[in-house]
Amino acid sequence: MSNVDVVVTGLGATTPLGGDVSSTWDALVAGRNGVRTLEMDWLERFDMPSRIGAPLAVEPTDVLPRVQARRLDRCEQIAVIAAREAWADAGFAIPTDDDEPVDPDRLGVSIGTGIGGPLTMLGMDDILERDGLRKVSPLTVPMLMPNGPAAHVGIELRARAGVHTTASACASGAEAIANAYQMIQNGRADIVVAGGAEACIAPITVAGFCQSRTLSTRNDEPDRASRPFDVDRDGFVLGEGAGILVLERADHAAARGARVYARLSGYGITSDAHHITGNHPEGIGQIKAMRNAVALAGLTATDIGHVNAHATSTVVGDIGEAAAIRKAIGDHVVVTAPKASIGHLVGGAGAVESIATLLAIYYGTIPVTRNLENLDPKVGLDVVTGEPRKVDLSAAINNSFGFGGHNVAVLFTAA
Amino acid sequence: MSEKPSEAEILEGLGEIVEEVAGVAPDDVTADKSFVDDLDIDSLSMVEIAVQAEDRFGVKIPDDELANLKTVGDAVNYVAKHV
Repeated sequence: MSNVDVVVTGLGATTPLGGDVSSTWDALVAGRNGVRTLEMDWLERFDMPSRIGAPLAVEPTDVLPRVQARRLDRCEQIAVIAAREAWADAGFAIPTDDDEPVDPDRLGVSIGTGIGGPLTMLGMDDILERDGLRKVSPLTVPMLMPNGPAAHVGIELRARAGVHTTASACASGAEAIANAYQMIQNGRADIVVAGGAEACIAPITVAGFCQSRTLSTRNDEPDRASRPFDVDRDGFVLGEGAGILVLERADHAAARGARVYARLSGYGITSDAHHITGNHPEGIGQIKAMRNAVALAGLTATDIGHVNAHATSTVVGDIGEAAAIRKAIGDHVVVTAPKASIGHLVGGAGAVESIATLLAIYYGTIPVTRNLENLDPKVGLDVVTGEPRKVDLSAAINNSFGFGGHNVAVLFTAA
Repeated sequence: MSEKPSEAEILEGLGEIVEEVAGVAPDDVTADKSFVDDLDIDSLSMVEIAVQAEDRFGVKIPDDELANLKTVGDAVNYVAKHV
């Protein structure tokens, strides 16, 4: 174990519950709903079985200057918005030629996304077919490339220690945070702006998820559709959003008197090598990811008071994760499943839910799992329902798992 | 366009295009300004501006000609000559 402590000094988010961290956190704690009936005309045209989703609460084009917005894909827009909030929250000004608040050579970026810019790719393909080459934007490639969100944040914040993008589907945001931890641990950077972003509510993604039978079709009750761990769950709800953390070497943060939310104390990354979408039946990869995170943090399973579950509200996935949590950590942990409120943010999920996990430690409050009316008896865990749970936490884990068999557990401890 | 636009009309039209694409205030788009050095417009945005100018004024701006349009005045003259 390395002796370099990594702490969290800034947070930013834009989600289906709110345009920033505080509005998102307040709504999450209270178990409010971010799932809506989607209004796009193609839902009807293609007779999509699922017509619900968790779109952003605040349109990014209402936040960004018009010219900047038109140069960025929606996924890039929300990464930039969340990064600005996190950067300011950490106490830094946006760099200028006259004022660079941190050494650019010691600043990195690590931002994951599941897909990148499919809205740009699809939209520009439509324009090419309809209007021809001349009307395709010269910005098409930088808008659709999956490293675009990280690259734009890196340019704005003047990060020259390396700008990285992870793509591990729904684990992307969590894996980006783990990779950022590594960057600081191995001495490449003092600060890394890390997280994930996704904006992929598009005909082809919805169609693909529908065809793989993974989306909820509870179209007549959007507010009750995302129900992790409930016996009546029937699939996940596709959401969009971004979460960004400013991760900093602890002594660097202490030297400038920064407010510290929590320590990032460990992570585990494993891969199932089993099936491209299905979980390993014994959850070996999930179990090992959690155990590796605990070991890296120098803790034991009994130290972990809370798990923020990946739990997407699919029939098979939720039960598999519950069994893995019981085996890796034990049935003493208090569990919550934020996707009940925010839906599944894909590449943004692991980052937004990491923020929720460390804020649970910071505020001593674990958010409610909305819509959990009848706990599936196979879960066998203490999942928070009704009222948010007030509890002193010294350590908590965020789980994020992705298509491809990616398992990531990120472990935060009290500052 | 039924009548040839005057140079003032071309300048005004270019100003609107440059504002739309790059957010530069139309009053700043004057003949003496360099697109790159004064208005901070990158090569990607120049492509967009050229396409919109072609549509608006009914001219063709081939890439090798576009490369020579350093200032707003260059662009006004090019459009006036080819429209």
